[in-house]
Amino acid sequence: MAETALTHSAQLRAAPRPTRTRIMLTRVVTVIAVALAWEIVARSGLLYQEVVPSLGKVAMAFVTLLAAPATYHHLGVTAWEVLTGFALGFLAGVAFGVPMGARRLFGDAVGPYVDGLATAPKIIFLPIAMLAFGIGIASKIALAALSAFFPVAIVTAAGVRQIDPVLVRVGRSFRLTGWQMATRIYLPAMRPAIVTSMRLGFGLAVIGTLLGEIKLSSAGLGFLANDHYNNFRIPDLYAVLVLVFILAVGTNSLMSRLGRRRGVKAPVF
Amino acid sequence: MRAAAAGLVGVAAVALVLEAVVRAGWISPLIIAPPSHLASAFEKLWVEGFIVEPFALTIGQAFAATGAAALVGIPWGYLLWRRPTLGAAYEPWIGAAFAAPTILLFPLFLVLFGRTYATTIFVGFLAAVIPVVLKTREAFLGVPQVLLDVGRSFRLSDAALVRRIAFPAAVPGIFTGLRLALIYALVNIIGMEFLIDFGGLGRIVSEMYFRYEIPGMYAAILLIVAVSWTFLFALARIETWLRPR
Repeated sequence: MAETALTHSAQLRAAPRPTRTRIMLTRVVTVIAVALAWEIVARSGLLYQEVVPSLGKVAMAFVTLLAAPATYHHLGVTAWEVLTGFALGFLAGVAFGVPMGARRLFGDAVGPYVDGLATAPKIIFLPIAMLAFGIGIASKIALAALSAFFPVAIVTAAGVRQIDPVLVRVGRSFRLTGWQMATRIYLPAMRPAIVTSMRLGFGLAVIGTLLGEIKLSSAGLGFLANDHYNNFRIPDLYAVLVLVFILAVGTNSLMSRLGRRRGVKAPVF
Repeated sequence: MRAAAAGLVGVAAVALVLEAVVRAGWISPLIIAPPSHLASAFEKLWVEGFIVEPFALTIGQAFAATGAAALVGIPWGYLLWRRPTLGAAYEPWIGAAFAAPTILLFPLFLVLFGRTYATTIFVGFLAAVIPVVLKTREAFLGVPQVLLDVGRSFRLSDAALVRRIAFPAAVPGIFTGLRLALIYALVNIIGMEFLIDFGGLGRIVSEMYFRYEIPGMYAAILLIVAVSWTFLFALARIETWLRPR
């Protein structure tokens, strides 16, 4: 045990562990340095005017963005696309991932194709979605669902494979019904995998939706970003991207925190 | 073997079903190209020069982005290991950046670099550099302390310890980072090419869609899936082959 602890923190010379204060100080200095460098570039005129707007302008644009009622319309469209697409992709992913993990032949047969499709950039499937569902909201939902499907299927399959066979045998020896087996044995054992798959799938659904909107759409935050870009309203473009990032990173950290809290809990039995 | 055969049978069955529903007129051939048209579509792509050159362009950009990621990411990861304060301060940020949808920033890069290879390669670089930094730091942290202690008992200088012991021991871990980097760069670059109608393989999909050449579009999409798949498996093979057993 002691050796594994050491191997994960190899150092050239014995040195004191960095203190909390020094770590915080490093972070604060970094943020200030980056902000200063940004301002210097913005004011120097080194880059074409407005390409790097000053932070003040971006902050102003951000406030204007939050104050505009239209923003919430676009936000609502994007949220609807992401949530519906994610829900569809998640359900399909679980429905496909469970037999992939439970039936060895099926898992080995489809595994390489699922892995291959999971790696390919999902955005290239947007034209198919647009041919099938038009250029409106439905094609973005389809792309979000497709993006969420693969990580959910892969992580669910891995979760099923990792279930301790002892738990299953205990359930069988208690003569649990199929429903009881599912709710008392399989679901609690797969909870960490399901939470992870939700986090990964949701993140990819967000990317799929926004990229689809940027490519071709008439509403949504991606459309808004593209509209600002086409009209060269650069500070507004930055403001939209800041909003998108705050939302995406915020949901991600919320979900991983949720997963950690849930994961620690002992399985209900 | 049995599984691979079952997989092929499954793919053939899907192709047959798609062919049947299109021929029966249940789904328009303008939505799903009948699989039997794909061979001639590939041939057409080949004749029009939509395969070799775009492929070379995309792969070239992916390698350029990965090379840049290695040049920046390996020293950076090394620095985060040598200076534990920096490592502890930045590691959570880099982890968050790994999960963040950086490709969504591409309109900014379009503003900065225009519709040029600088934009596509930079998007690939951003996606690639993060795993390189994280895996390099991990690799150095994972060097067995015993090896370093042996070096010290031979009174090696710091530089010699790094050059002769730490770096060689970290190479397999760094390679893992580079493998991920190349895949991320490739995928993001293809996505960018599609989004801005520029460059190699991704552009072909967009072009076929706007020309309404549906079989050609499917052929280009299949080509991209095949390229990503080949990269994924070939690199995993190379990695297991390189790793000391």
